[in-house]
Amino acid sequence: MVTEVRPMSDDHDHHDDNAAHELRVSKIQDGTVIDHVRGGQALNVLAILGIDGTNGEEVSVGMNVPSNRFARKDIVKVEGRELSQDEVDVLSLIAPDATINIVRDYEVVEKHRVERPEYVEGVLSCPNADCITTGDEPVTSRFEVLPGGVRCAYCETIVREEIAALIDTA
Amino acid sequence: MRHDHLITSKQLSRADIETVLDRAAEIDADPEAVADRHANALLGLLFFEPSTRTKMSFETAMKRLGGDVVDMGSVESSSVKKGETLADTVRVIEGYTDALVLRHPKQGAAAMASEFVDVPLLNAGDGAGHHPTQTLLDLYTIQENAGLDDLTIGIMGDLKYGRTVHSLAYALTNFETRQHFISPESLQLPREVVYDLHQQGEDTQIREHETLEPVLSSLDVLYVTRIQRERFPDEDEYQKVAGEYQIDIETLEAASDELTVMHPLPRVDEIAPEIDDTDYAAYFEQAHNAVPVRMALLDLFLRDHGTGTGAATATDDAANGDGGEADE
Ligand SMILES: [Zn+2]
Repeated sequence: MVTEVRPMSDDHDHHDDNAAHELRVSKIQDGTVIDHVRGGQALNVLAILGIDGTNGEEVSVGMNVPSNRFARKDIVKVEGRELSQDEVDVLSLIAPDATINIVRDYEVVEKHRVERPEYVEGVLSCPNADCITTGDEPVTSRFEVLPGGVRCAYCETIVREEIAALIDTA
Repeated sequence: MRHDHLITSKQLSRADIETVLDRAAEIDADPEAVADRHANALLGLLFFEPSTRTKMSFETAMKRLGGDVVDMGSVESSSVKKGETLADTVRVIEGYTDALVLRHPKQGAAAMASEFVDVPLLNAGDGAGHHPTQTLLDLYTIQENAGLDDLTIGIMGDLKYGRTVHSLAYALTNFETRQHFISPESLQLPREVVYDLHQQGEDTQIREHETLEPVLSSLDVLYVTRIQRERFPDEDEYQKVAGEYQIDIETLEAASDELTVMHPLPRVDEIAPEIDDTDYAAYFEQAHNAVPVRMALLDLFLRDHGTGTGAATATDDAANGDGGEADE
């Protein structure tokens, strides 16, 4: 469930890793905070991670929060689930500046950036209607990650813009 | 050559290409020497869209190696019609055969199908994607007529949808070539292809043009492809545009005497029949080369998979036909 969609203040950009930051992200007890998501991309972040609330995760989303780094940023918090580096790397496609905070017992215990993976599997669907992956075949979509785009490993179509539109929500 | 399958010309190194062309030349010179090489081997022909010529040349090639073919038949009469996936079809047919040839309307079909089978699978065209066996016979023809290094080639016509063009252009990046692409603006090479050509070809120069005239005199090879009527909104537009990319004797007055003219055939009116009897014309030779080149490919792939000794090598699944959902 998306339990919270409201503007939040963004103190920590002003004071790096200071107490205000710790306090704000520590609103969750255990889980993952995805920060510095480009404004407007928070729901795509959830979609690309396959987090739709059906597994009972407690999810908070802040959209268009004032930020120093961007004019506006989004922030996503997932209670009770630690996302692995492999899981979050796919975010580099839509939120390349995202930072990942792993929280345990209200403390940020790990902080890392997303890295561009070589391939992403199963998260995007090919926009080419003539691609073999768009039919009923038992095949998982696979995209090569290029500088500035993705490319279907089957039909080789390159997508440079609007990658978020390819997110497989099925 | 160590590949499990032949999916795209991009997978082929220069050494791979040379292996195939050398073998094709050997076979061309002495076809009798391989007449029994693949006795008992069976090739499965899976053509999900019609292509009489490609299919016939594969069938001829397999039979000239002493083997035989089994043919899925037309899609209308097969279980595909009932909604079977390609993944299922290839897994069933691989049990009957030693190798598969696949032509399918969807891009990426061969790449996907190859993930489901252990026998070698040769891509005979996947929609607007690749057609590597055509490429190899094109390369063979170029080698015989002009040589593959220090080559200046013009590729003209429908460069957007023409898979033979894409496959050929990739393969030529393995050699020192200057590639000129000549087409109406609406039928230029897709950006994916241009991207790849620039990625792959260190020794390759790529130029795009809208007319043949400025480059014609520099060409060793002119590869002409058909511009299809259905790419244009109306007949007038088609006639106007397509007419710019047709050649006749008069066109070739500006060309080198050594020019080789190629075409994957069938042609409609891209090349005037008066060129057929000149030394420029290599397109019928190109079509004939389909057999030795496909023989070479089948020989190499069947041998790599241990069915090339000429001994009895019928697959152990050959009796399995009545167990599965056989194609009627
Ligand atoms: Zn695709």
